[in-house]
Amino acid sequence: MSTQILMPALSPTMEEGKLAKWLVKEGDEVRSGDILAEIETDKATMEFEAVDEGRIGKLLVAEGTEGVKVNQPIAVLVADGDDAEEPESVAAIQVKGAREETKQQAEAEVREEVARGKPAARVADDTGRAEAALADMEVPEGTELVTVTVREALRDAMAEEMRRDASVFLMGEEVAQYQGAYKISQGLLDEFGAERVIDTPITEHGFAGLGVGAAFGGLKPIVEFMTWNFAMQAIDQIINSAAKTRYMSGGQMGCPIVFRGPNGAAARVAAQHSQDYSSWYANVPGLKVIAPYFAADAKGLLKAAIRDPNPVIFLENEIVYGRSFPVPKMDEYLVPIGKAKVLRAGKDVTIVAHSICVGQIVEAAEKLAGEGIDAELIDLRTLRPLDTATVIESVKKTNRIVTVEQGWPICSVGSEIASQIVGKAFDYLDAPPTKVTGKDVPMPYAANLEKLALPTIDYIIAAAKAVCYRN
Amino acid sequence: MSEPARKEEPEAGLDAALAKKFYYDMLLIRRFEEKAGQLYGMGLIGGFCHLYIGQEAVVVGMQAALKPGDQVITAYRDHGHMLATGMDPKGVMAELTGRATGYSKGKGGSMHMFSVEQHFYGGHGIVGAQVPIGTGLAFSNRYKKNGAVCLTYFGDGAANQGQVYESFNMAALWKLPVVYIIENNQYAMGTSVERSSATPELCKRGASFDIPGEKVDGMDVEAVYEAGQRATEYARSGKGPIILELKTYRYRGHSMSDPAKYRTREEVQEVREKRDPIEHYGARLLQRGALREDELKGMDKAIRGIVNTAAEFATESPEPSTDELFTDIYA
Repeated sequence: MSTQILMPALSPTMEEGKLAKWLVKEGDEVRSGDILAEIETDKATMEFEAVDEGRIGKLLVAEGTEGVKVNQPIAVLVADGDDAEEPESVAAIQVKGAREETKQQAEAEVREEVARGKPAARVADDTGRAEAALADMEVPEGTELVTVTVREALRDAMAEEMRRDASVFLMGEEVAQYQGAYKISQGLLDEFGAERVIDTPITEHGFAGLGVGAAFGGLKPIVEFMTWNFAMQAIDQIINSAAKTRYMSGGQMGCPIVFRGPNGAAARVAAQHSQDYSSWYANVPGLKVIAPYFAADAKGLLKAAIRDPNPVIFLENEIVYGRSFPVPKMDEYLVPIGKAKVLRAGKDVTIVAHSICVGQIVEAAEKLAGEGIDAELIDLRTLRPLDTATVIESVKKTNRIVTVEQGWPICSVGSEIASQIVGKAFDYLDAPPTKVTGKDVPMPYAANLEKLALPTIDYIIAAAKAVCYRN
Repeated sequence: MSEPARKEEPEAGLDAALAKKFYYDMLLIRRFEEKAGQLYGMGLIGGFCHLYIGQEAVVVGMQAALKPGDQVITAYRDHGHMLATGMDPKGVMAELTGRATGYSKGKGGSMHMFSVEQHFYGGHGIVGAQVPIGTGLAFSNRYKKNGAVCLTYFGDGAANQGQVYESFNMAALWKLPVVYIIENNQYAMGTSVERSSATPELCKRGASFDIPGEKVDGMDVEAVYEAGQRATEYARSGKGPIILELKTYRYRGHSMSDPAKYRTREEVQEVREKRDPIEHYGARLLQRGALREDELKGMDKAIRGIVNTAAEFATESPEPSTDELFTDIYA
């Protein structure tokens, strides 16, 4: 029996090459690993090794030949004591055929999607979500509302989930003995002990990765970043390890982990400590991204995030930590991930925000009402999956939209919403979708400049008036 | 740098069945990788493909030192680790060819494969990123008090990544049951250890964390096995992490498209002739009388059969259905 030796592909992009030199001649015995030839690719000269054992029966391509196509037979290997001329056929051609078929099928599907008017930019996480399942939990009539700070709501959420599930633990810088750099984890060390409330060294990349490994190992880590600015040291583990593993493993392994901490501008801490990462993480398939404002949402969404089997990015805000809001006193208060909330019904303009900017749009709406503009307010609460349906429904009614966020304007959350609205509700628009964002600059330190760099209520009011064509 | 001395031949030698298994497992990896190289040459495997040829004794010796439930994690030169943990050659090869029957349904490829069943946690494409993750697996073992140890493999290249030392610090601080295995094949892609490392004695890299380290002849499967037993016992006993530096050598380029001009053909040839982990072990077993010539030949034939079957399976299986594009992103 004889085997054909084929011209090999020696790089991801190689289609043909030069057979620079034969290192064997006809009649030579070869073993696995012996170098047969030198082959020049577009990038380099490579050595080409034998895989099978046998005798070189015939060299089919002379050395120095250029443009030898990948998979073209270049020699015939004859098994010992055999002179058969008929080489064994190779399955490659057949496989190539099958690939061509799949390619055609895929292209046909894309054509069909476009013809049916489906948007080409399909989003990974908005398929098959039952709207009913995403409604906020019914709060029974007569339920007591307790006023708590966002800080306490977050702590209560973690404590409740840690009581419920022994595999949940909290780790981060100063979360245990110091009781949290921002006091979010106050009291947790006392209740749960040092095995489950763990002070880490200042080593974001390391403990983010360690958290991912613990999640692979069956635990449900809550990893606190003192602020999201420091998570840039860890972003490789968040994206390459946490977000992508389920896909890369064909669904075998997931990463149930919550990364949380304060995000966005604090006050007067300048460029390296004042950045809004909302759109960065919202860009990544495989992650869920939550950015609540109210205490009840902070609690209900953090509890939902800890139970979620996917990696969740939980973006808090330092300035909001101290604000107090009512939270229903219930044994189990959960808020569904992926559902925006209409805070105020209105008919003239839709104003959308998340996190700290929600407080600003609430204030802006009151002022706008005084000037005869009736704004509808939406708190996105979750940025991925983004509840575009709720936003689109609102725009169909108001025909105008203003988005508000602290993040930079380019490729912002507002950019995405504008794109979705233009794609799905273009005919309803009476004015261009308008963004109010942080300015396109690193955060300045000087008090006056910092104020100019962030969205203000005046900007929001001006934008709302502009889309309503009012002065 | 001086090579670690080859261990003196033990009088009686290892248990014959285990010795045969070592030889068989190493040869399976060698033949599998040769076939993978061939399929790459035919365009049936795409992208990056990092072959393990030359380093087989490392994973085979280490794996034999494990107990059920122990975990394994490594970087992207991972085919050998997968076969050693008992993953099916057919499923691994089918992942290499990007087919629906591959371990990751064709969506991971050479560098990203996992088997929860065999406690193999990847297959990671970012140099060094598997080190904190392996440390986290060890953390989960300690948290659950399940007595398991995590073998965290990385190369001499990754040994210069910052997150490795972040991991060392936490593992030592919290006494995590992890064995760090530095597979020193002497080249981080094209840069030799001497040209990349201020302190080329990689086994000493844990010194500032008080992590003990040992240098082992990674071309000698029995030496690896013995060191592996000592190291896993140490980590399992609650003493914390330990480092093994396994001196080894890769015969092929860093990846398939690496012409390997940073070393001479003679250097590679010399290792092949003098230190090849499979050839030498075969000769030792013959000499020791643990194996007969016909048994060696029989094993080779059986392994070629397994590898050819895997290759056929991997080239005949269908590509993933286009529906798979949007699956497995969220649970």
